[in-house]
Amino acid sequence: MNFPILSSLILLPLVGSLFILFVKSDSSNNYQSSKYVALFTSFVNFFISIYLWYLFDNTISEFQFIEDKEWLRGFVNYKVGIDGISILFILLTTFITPLSIISINNSISFRLKEFLIAILVMESLMIGVFCSLDLIIFYLFFEGGLIPMFLIIGIWGGTRRVYSAFKFFLFTLLGSVLMLVAIITIYWITGTTDVVQLYELGIDWKYQNLLWLAFFSSFAVKTPMWPVHTWLPDAHVEAPTAGSVFLAAILLKLAGYGFIRFSLGLFPIASDFFTPLIYSLSLIAIVFISLVALMQDDMKKLIAYSSVAHMGFVTLGIFTLTQQGLEGSIIQMISHGLVSAALFLCVGILYDRTHSRLISSYGGIVSIMPKYAVVLMIFTLAAIGLPGTSGFIGEFLILLGAFQKSFIVAAIASLGVIFAAAYMFWLYKRVVFGNLINKELFKIPDLNRSEIFILWSLAIPTLFFGFYPEPLINTIEISIQDLIQMYDLNLSFYAEFNGDNLIK
Amino acid sequence: MELALLFLPLTSFIISGFFGKYIGDRLSEIITSLFVSISAVLALIIFYEVITKGYTNNVVIASWIHSGSLNVNWSIKVDAVSAVMLVVVTLISSLVHIYSIGYMSHDAHKPRFMAYLSLFTFAMLTLVTSDNFLQLFFGWEGVGLCSYFLIGFWYKKDSANAAAIKAFVVNRVGDFGFALGIFLIFYLFGTVNYNEVFQQIPQNLNNKLTFFGLQLNSIDLICMLLFIGAMGKSAQILLHTWLPDAMEGPTPVSALIHAATMVTAGVFLVVRCSPIFEYSQFTLNIITFVGMITAFFAATVALVQNDIKKIIAYSTCSQLGYMFFAAGVGAYNVAMFHLFTHAFFKALLFLGSGSVIHSFKDEQDINQMGGVWKKLPYTWVLMIIGTLALTGFPFLSGFYSKDAIIEYAYLRGNTAGYYAVTVGIFTALLTSIYSWRLIFKTFHGDYNNNKLKIDTMHESPLVMLIPLIVLAIGALFAGYFFKELFIGYSSSNYFWTDSIKFLLPLSLDHPPLWIIYFTPVIVVLSIPFSYYLFVKNKNIPNWLKNENKPLYNFLINKWYFDELYDYIFVKPSKKIGIFFWKNIDIKFIDKFGPDGISNLIKFFSNKAVKFQSGFIYQYAFIMLLGFSALLTYLILI
Repeated sequence: MNFPILSSLILLPLVGSLFILFVKSDSSNNYQSSKYVALFTSFVNFFISIYLWYLFDNTISEFQFIEDKEWLRGFVNYKVGIDGISILFILLTTFITPLSIISINNSISFRLKEFLIAILVMESLMIGVFCSLDLIIFYLFFEGGLIPMFLIIGIWGGTRRVYSAFKFFLFTLLGSVLMLVAIITIYWITGTTDVVQLYELGIDWKYQNLLWLAFFSSFAVKTPMWPVHTWLPDAHVEAPTAGSVFLAAILLKLAGYGFIRFSLGLFPIASDFFTPLIYSLSLIAIVFISLVALMQDDMKKLIAYSSVAHMGFVTLGIFTLTQQGLEGSIIQMISHGLVSAALFLCVGILYDRTHSRLISSYGGIVSIMPKYAVVLMIFTLAAIGLPGTSGFIGEFLILLGAFQKSFIVAAIASLGVIFAAAYMFWLYKRVVFGNLINKELFKIPDLNRSEIFILWSLAIPTLFFGFYPEPLINTIEISIQDLIQMYDLNLSFYAEFNGDNLIK
Repeated sequence: MELALLFLPLTSFIISGFFGKYIGDRLSEIITSLFVSISAVLALIIFYEVITKGYTNNVVIASWIHSGSLNVNWSIKVDAVSAVMLVVVTLISSLVHIYSIGYMSHDAHKPRFMAYLSLFTFAMLTLVTSDNFLQLFFGWEGVGLCSYFLIGFWYKKDSANAAAIKAFVVNRVGDFGFALGIFLIFYLFGTVNYNEVFQQIPQNLNNKLTFFGLQLNSIDLICMLLFIGAMGKSAQILLHTWLPDAMEGPTPVSALIHAATMVTAGVFLVVRCSPIFEYSQFTLNIITFVGMITAFFAATVALVQNDIKKIIAYSTCSQLGYMFFAAGVGAYNVAMFHLFTHAFFKALLFLGSGSVIHSFKDEQDINQMGGVWKKLPYTWVLMIIGTLALTGFPFLSGFYSKDAIIEYAYLRGNTAGYYAVTVGIFTALLTSIYSWRLIFKTFHGDYNNNKLKIDTMHESPLVMLIPLIVLAIGALFAGYFFKELFIGYSSSNYFWTDSIKFLLPLSLDHPPLWIIYFTPVIVVLSIPFSYYLFVKNKNIPNWLKNENKPLYNFLINKWYFDELYDYIFVKPSKKIGIFFWKNIDIKFIDKFGPDGISNLIKFFSNKAVKFQSGFIYQYAFIMLLGFSALLTYLILI
């Protein structure tokens, strides 16, 4: 396979954004054409990634489609490649991007061109994150993704956009700096930043804890884990719909991916050591943040808080280090990518029509928007993890994995499932059911064609993977087995070594 | 055949749910009713095969989840237990479908209603035909979801929506236990397939788990967790609060879901898992106890309620209690038998009350009814049949099943069994009083409705009566015809075979004669007694009410469970939510996090700004200070 398929996936959106840059921005006609360019590029990218999935060999655990080029001589290589875990995230990214572009109707009233460029640049950076196999490259992509998001919130956001954008930036910056230091340290210790080599070499045990914490500080903010989650509700509330979709569906997955690829892969001893910390933070997120979500009066905030709770399941599942837990986490991330994207779109659809995000200004929507009510119900069910939706597969496998490690942890986490039902159904009831009282709602139209297209494109995989998750599980199975094997091997070496020390 | 049985309701859901708008009300009603009726016919054929040939089958449709050592299939398992459930579910469901054509004739959303009913039927079928715990859980949550949809069917009513959410969330509390039970099963046995789990049980009897420093027997723990799930679904005490509220849904829904099928899923679960429960005497005693309390509690509450549907709902709750204590004393087959007969007469009572409500133009308060038996003759007769069957009037279906429960409890010969007998008999008396109270207040005495003239009363259309008649036939004869099959002396060898496990062979003794005759006698005597109380001399109940005000309030407020739960669970949850949001997120994390940092920076930059005063002497002074400090430093070093 000589064709650089991964690089073309990364570069194509950039090329598209270059084209948009040269479109004149004076007439509405050109506005449309820049949107078409963006759509075209992102769709092509989606089909390439589907083709990539088709080519992908899920029977081997090694990285595939590797491209390795010297970038800074003897220091950093441009090295990309994928395994079963990365490919699903790449697919998610290329799938969500065109949908979020279609969703931009009237919500972005100015500088559409620049907005589209920001989205495309972000897509290319995200794909970069998921396939980079060099820590420096990873860092560049990972942190680069902040900039377009920062701009999207800061320029196209709501009334408190500047505050939210800076909050977002401050939080994420804090973690990033530490991670950069950690990456430099790794280079200093081992002389390489190549992930594959680092997997083989391993990192000296005595450094692992500090390095783990440095990576953790970055990932925890991005996940976001309690207590560094407070930027998320603000960012979501202020971000325009397409931005929220991108943020919830893809940006939040960077950290989960990072935990699996780097924290577990590079620092197994430290990961084992810090597992209780992760469990506690995850449980707080699941239980207490669910209750916080219950009390929200702003729809977007509610869904943002529910995202924190759902990501709590993800971090919990990752650190169970069981086949079920890890597979569950990945499926939960994919599922959350689809479902939260759809939920934010649903909120956006109402917001476009009435310019209110407050739950109390709605009620009785079903009488005027029956199609909307059906779709929203599907995603509500997926969010509460009802069997038959992808959300169930994820949560169930995570809890099953967690149970094998600790009865208590699984029991407490299962409480989150009860609360999820409460806050989602209560939201649904207050928005969709009841009598139509607010007069402003009388004339709002039901879903239009493009909205139906977007929402059903998200609903169909949500349901399909709920009934038949095999395609996902088959893709990740070998990679995860390999990961767990490597992890256990490291731990047993460590235990053996320490045991020897004790005897001496 | 099994596939058709399972997927016909799903197909009719899809047709009516997604295309109902295009094919029209009438056609969706016909298609859904027809498809489910075909399912019912297929179920009867399977049931016949099981009876005559001992037919069993396990169809694997497709693989669902495989992850590591977890392998779960979509499957259809047919054996005696699931065959009984198939008949109950599809038969009642098809009758309810047909009945709904009449009952919902004035509703604007007929296709949606029929679609939900069909979806429910499908979910219930996946529940009963599963060969593993996970598909069972799928059906379990699926029926819960349909129940949510159907309770909240009249979505404009706030109370209906609240009831729907309550039903779902309370069920989720039960499911929480159920899910943990499944996790534990997988953890111990590495599989969730029934057969594979059941085979491993006898080798794991002394498996201990440490839990909060307590040593627990793992089998006991599994059974307790599964039973929590069963309690939620079958509305047993502590998790029963959703069932009376669920009466907000249309009456056919109450008949199908909240009487005949979904609420019996908990009983089904216990019977299905008899190979596990048999090894946990501890849990069986708990089940007996919970069943007993529920039977008694619900009957007392039913005595004073005034909403016709709520009385029947509490009655259902109480009868489910009977089924549980039958299972608890190890008489799983009797529990199944009561489930089977109960489905007929309780669906009959609900649909009959639906017919009454329909005639009274959606009035549900029995104080607003009365004296209409001549106007609604068919409904009256059918309701009486249902009531006789429920109370266990000799030779009707409830007589065989309920008395068998009491007898088997006696024959069990342990303390729990004797308690169960006492409570069982006393509850039978209460049952008969509240049931007759309902009949007399609804149909006899004076006409009490001010809104409608008695002349406007008319009998329901044929499409509603025919299902009632079919159910009445069941209520009359199901007990007599099937008693040998279900609870006869050789039934465990001949009919149930491997589907139910009896660790101790069922006792073949006869209980003493007084036990056999006692209940029917009270039941029969209570009819004139109730007549006197509720028709002839109404002052006595009123006097009782006024004399025992605290007791009456206690009963009419359903033992204050709702208030208690609101106080213990709902309000604190909200408070914690607000606390974490306002105090921890905003006042702590943000204040000391990002806002704190930005304030700090602002503070220092303000200070720095003050230094730039523009006066040269200040600058010179500061330079001098700095210079001398540097010099001092250098000299000292």
